[in-house]
Amino acid sequence: MKFKSQQVAYWFFALCMLLFALQIIYGFIMGFARIGMDGLHDWIPFNTARAVHTNLLVVWLLTGFMGAAYYIIPEEAQRELVSVKLAYVQLISLAVVGVLAITGYHFNIWEGRKFLEIPRELDYLVVINVLLFLGIILATLFKGKRQTTTALVLTMGLVFAALLYLPGMIWFDSQVTDSFFRWWVVHLWVEGVWELIMGGILAFLLIKLTGVDREVIEKWLYVIVGLTFLSGILGTGHHYYYIGVNKIWLVVGGVFSALEPLAFLAMALFAVYMYRKGEKSHPNKIALFWTIGASIVSFIGAGLLGFAHTLPQTNIFTHGTLVTAMHGHYAFWGAYAMIVLAIISYSLPNITGRKRHDNTNGHLAFWLSNIGMLGMVVALGVAGVVQVYLERRLGMDFMIAQEEAKIHFVVMLLCATLFTTGIILYIYEFIKYGKPSDEALTKKDETVLVS
Amino acid sequence: MLSKSQARTFFLGGTVVTFLIFIGLTVYSMAPSNDQSNHLNITEQVIKGKHLWETNNCMGCHTILGEGGYYAPELTKVIDRRGAPLIKAILQSPVPWAPNGRKMVAYEMSNEDADAVIEYLKWIGEIDLNGFDRVVSPLAKDKLKD
Repeated sequence: MKFKSQQVAYWFFALCMLLFALQIIYGFIMGFARIGMDGLHDWIPFNTARAVHTNLLVVWLLTGFMGAAYYIIPEEAQRELVSVKLAYVQLISLAVVGVLAITGYHFNIWEGRKFLEIPRELDYLVVINVLLFLGIILATLFKGKRQTTTALVLTMGLVFAALLYLPGMIWFDSQVTDSFFRWWVVHLWVEGVWELIMGGILAFLLIKLTGVDREVIEKWLYVIVGLTFLSGILGTGHHYYYIGVNKIWLVVGGVFSALEPLAFLAMALFAVYMYRKGEKSHPNKIALFWTIGASIVSFIGAGLLGFAHTLPQTNIFTHGTLVTAMHGHYAFWGAYAMIVLAIISYSLPNITGRKRHDNTNGHLAFWLSNIGMLGMVVALGVAGVVQVYLERRLGMDFMIAQEEAKIHFVVMLLCATLFTTGIILYIYEFIKYGKPSDEALTKKDETVLVS
Repeated sequence: MLSKSQARTFFLGGTVVTFLIFIGLTVYSMAPSNDQSNHLNITEQVIKGKHLWETNNCMGCHTILGEGGYYAPELTKVIDRRGAPLIKAILQSPVPWAPNGRKMVAYEMSNEDADAVIEYLKWIGEIDLNGFDRVVSPLAKDKLKD
């Protein structure tokens, strides 16, 4: 680590760990409710658990992206952050807004718009918080000694993510229009600008971990984010097939959604090729596992599983079923959770100065969480197919179909236990690393690359 | 071989072109002549119903227009399937409605609020969903007539 201000990232990552742990707890509450064990219903009904589960996901990933930016931008711009104090103010205010929102969900204070449940009053605080974050990042970047493509793509992703939050704040009388513009936020985030952020972090990690020339990596980064927008922007149409808007989206959404896996395929090939091309080996094997893993799992989860149910002919049956939840879990895990865990794994030894690179717990955390998540996704997929077949093809009542799918949630809970064991090990390792240390400033990361 | 500046041009050019097409298609599908949602039938009561729908996070369990929590039934054609009186009774119930043991929050809505939610659901039921309405609610009356 070269700059002291990069230590700020540690506290963002620590908040990530806390929120991720809470997200999993609420996931279990939902899973148990689905098999009839809903003893917490009076205090935490399903809609509360779900809003907390999905919002914590969004917030911990955003917190991770912010932490990644505070770590990456000083190194790329070759200067300290313009204000460490303001970065801590931003972190604390982010945590306060999060706590307020999540507490409110337990008292029926929310907006009931999937993924955007935060009440509009709090939206304004989110906007101020994000503006402060962007101010720090942009000022650091443009006062820096250099503006690299990696830093620019990462920053562009963060700026667009902030801008795209705004359409979600407009009130519409019509449910159809509301839904239409809600997807501007949700889809264009996760299948658009968040991929820029993922690409930026991935490029930074590949430069550091493989030793491949920056110019080569950044050239392909442009191609990948180009493919992302080329397919992802018009791919928004797959959310518009059956919500009450024009049929033209069946064609546009169908064609461009089919192209969306290309960006993820390119990302996976890019990561694997750069790893193979690299002539140097980095001792941080755990970070390498998470990095390459993210690129491959995102291709399967976001690319292939997304493609599997965004063809209009399929989607007419799977829209609004557990099939969506199956795709959602693997896509978020592969594309975003794993890349955040990758940057944390890479930066922790550099921030703390403790080189716990290649230990058993770290590897176990990777494999248990990945096998557990794959099992959860398969269980959700089977439950989704059962639901589609019984409810939509045979015309059975919703709850009768749900009863038939119950057993798959038992399997899902078992797999979730395996997943959680992996994440507990990851968090345990995070704690074992200890706090940031100034000694780490004297150790140059690049010197540990070995031929 | 592709140069870095060509790659940058591909990214910027592709993004601008597809974004402009996206905006064009948005304007096209929002034009009154292409309305499939009976926008003119949105009354004050429907708006109030939507507000109640959101402030109680009904979407956290149910789905509407295929969007929501997959924990409770799709409500797009629910008035057709179940009839307004039953739905009103559920919304006003002081004890949780629990079909097959799966509980719903007891909202104990006033007469006025329950009527607004029903008007909202009626308006939703009339939207042209490009065929999805007939798949999602196989028990709806219009489907049963066929």
